[in-house]
Amino acid sequence: MAGIRIDAIEKRFGAARALEQLTLDVEDGEFLALLGPSGCGKTTLLRIIAGLETQTSGRIFIGGRDVSALPPRERGLAMVFQNYAVFPHMTVYENVAFGLRMKGAADAEVKKQVERAAGLLHIEPYLERYPAKLSGGQRQRVAVARALAVQPAVLLMDEPLSNLDALLRLEMRSELKSVLNSSGTTTVYVTHDQTEAMGLADRIAVMHKGVIEQIDRPQALYERPATRFVGGFVGSPPMNFIDMPVKAGLARLGDFANPVSTGRDTITAGIRAEDIAVVERGGLPFDVMVCEPLGSTLLLTGRVAGQLARVAVRPDAVVAPGDRLNLEPSPGRIVWIDPANGKAIGQAA
Amino acid sequence: MTNNRLLPYLLIAPATVFLVLLFVVPLVQTIALAFMDNGVASLTNFRKMAGDLNFGLSIGNTFLLVLAVIPLQICMALVMAMMIQKLDKGRDLVLWIWIIPLGISDLAAGLVWLAILQDRGYFNTVLNMLGLVDGPVNWLSYEAPVSLFVGVVLAEVWRATAIVLVILVAGLQLIPKEYGEAAEIFGAGPWTRFRKITLPLLKPSIQSALILRTVLAFEVFAVVYALSGRNFPVLVGEAYAWQHVNQNNGVAAAYAILVMAISLAATVIYIRALRTPPEMQP
Ligand SMILES: Nc1ncnc2c1ncn2[C@@H]1O[C@H](COP(=O)(O)OP(=O)(O)OP(=O)(O)O)[C@@H](O)[C@H]1O
Ligand SMILES: [Mg+2]
Repeated sequence: MAGIRIDAIEKRFGAARALEQLTLDVEDGEFLALLGPSGCGKTTLLRIIAGLETQTSGRIFIGGRDVSALPPRERGLAMVFQNYAVFPHMTVYENVAFGLRMKGAADAEVKKQVERAAGLLHIEPYLERYPAKLSGGQRQRVAVARALAVQPAVLLMDEPLSNLDALLRLEMRSELKSVLNSSGTTTVYVTHDQTEAMGLADRIAVMHKGVIEQIDRPQALYERPATRFVGGFVGSPPMNFIDMPVKAGLARLGDFANPVSTGRDTITAGIRAEDIAVVERGGLPFDVMVCEPLGSTLLLTGRVAGQLARVAVRPDAVVAPGDRLNLEPSPGRIVWIDPANGKAIGQAA
Repeated sequence: MTNNRLLPYLLIAPATVFLVLLFVVPLVQTIALAFMDNGVASLTNFRKMAGDLNFGLSIGNTFLLVLAVIPLQICMALVMAMMIQKLDKGRDLVLWIWIIPLGISDLAAGLVWLAILQDRGYFNTVLNMLGLVDGPVNWLSYEAPVSLFVGVVLAEVWRATAIVLVILVAGLQLIPKEYGEAAEIFGAGPWTRFRKITLPLLKPSIQSALILRTVLAFEVFAVVYALSGRNFPVLVGEAYAWQHVNQNNGVAAAYAILVMAISLAATVIYIRALRTPPEMQP
């Protein structure tokens, strides 16, 4: 049992607030991704969970135990640092073995676990080398192996795959997922790569300026973002945001109209690029500016009534810059956003 | 193109010339002085040096001093540096105060401790007030070699630990804090972190401090001279005495050569023993 409960954590660095009243529950065995842009407080939150940073206020529970005042080594977790922190004066083997040695594990057990972890991360050929002779990506994998070797109940990872090439990252991603799944490790995984978060996590917490904007399963997050920020940050290409005037309960732009419930006279429609159909007539007028063939789709960038928008169409569609298309968004998939506060308007989703 | 290649050499030329004039030339002259007698090469000066009554004593004293002072200084500086590292506020101020002795010449430092330890010095006054002794005790006399030695060690430690501290603090600041943090996460307590992480990563700094301090400690003179005159003979003190009291610069030069040889040997030993292979450096 090693769920994590983060209770109203606040962190200030001098006058600057890095985290604001952050509350979050990670269930036992869950894989939670912390997703957010640079500087939003992901590392700070992870360091507070680990006990490397002291919160200004709030409490942390791990497995039901209040660990707020405990030193890191008594919290029973492992961590992968954003800048690896692989010990330069120890061989890769000794690095991976470090946690086990600290626990006083027998040599045979150490060897077994080191080999298992090294195998998972494909670093067996480097076990006798010193970290200075490894590439950045290899060092990063040593850091991950060091954390996996202790078979922790709670694992904190700060962008552990950021330095790998695309292919290796994909492979490591699926291996991590299956290993952590089968061992039932509670994982908090920091990343600013939304594909990685979508692919790995049971749930994603999207952070922005020290607060969690939304926390949900990846698909729900993608389809029903709670704020404009989440819609723009999750998914590639980002969600389209098109402002429409509202008259008599109808949002209307071009020949497109949809009933909305808002007291304001403008509303923002959040529409995914793939939730838009090209129709013969009617709908939203779209002036194509750029065509990017992405293989599985053709991505069009252009303007709807002067506002930037992206549309994904069939790869064999015949479109050229300068064309005008008529777009019909599927009404059920539009996220209506209040432009004043950037929050999605009460959908029954 | 040619200009560019010459430029670096031009730029280091002044320093090189300066060193050759003020270091290499005197060195060659000293060697010549030591190994010549009346214009012919000979070992007379060295024989005279070795035959002197104070020779064995000064070697013994110097080594004893080095063996007592250096480990003490390294340990103290390590403890002090680790303590400073833990401070959040006022760290610079503490460092400032701790390195004040750096700004004091060794003769002045010797005189400070003379003022404390002499017959009518502060130490005796305090002892007297506490009723622990009646009348002045002569701590620095020829008949009290232990207290004399302790006095010299105290003065040396007080005077020259600061430079070790500065080197170690600089070295500690170069170690990214994540190493210690990672070790802590994986279960290492404070002592284990110090032994397994800090100490190995600090090795290059410790090596520098050891070399610098040891070389300087073998040259110890002014502090000893201020506290004891010639009651506690040391190597450089003997060189000074032969030069100025006995007016024999040949034997003085022989002492100088001996001190240099010992310092060189110590340096070589440190470099060998505390070598950090390049692949183990961060
Ligand atoms: N020790 C510190 N002192 C002062 N401010 C800090 C400190 N550490 C972090 N901050 C500030 O707190 C905020 C959050 O930083 P944090 O490192 O948690 O961001 P992050 O989400 O991990 O970013 P990245 O994706 O770039 O790693 C930033 O604005 C940063 O400047
Ligand atoms: Mg970070």
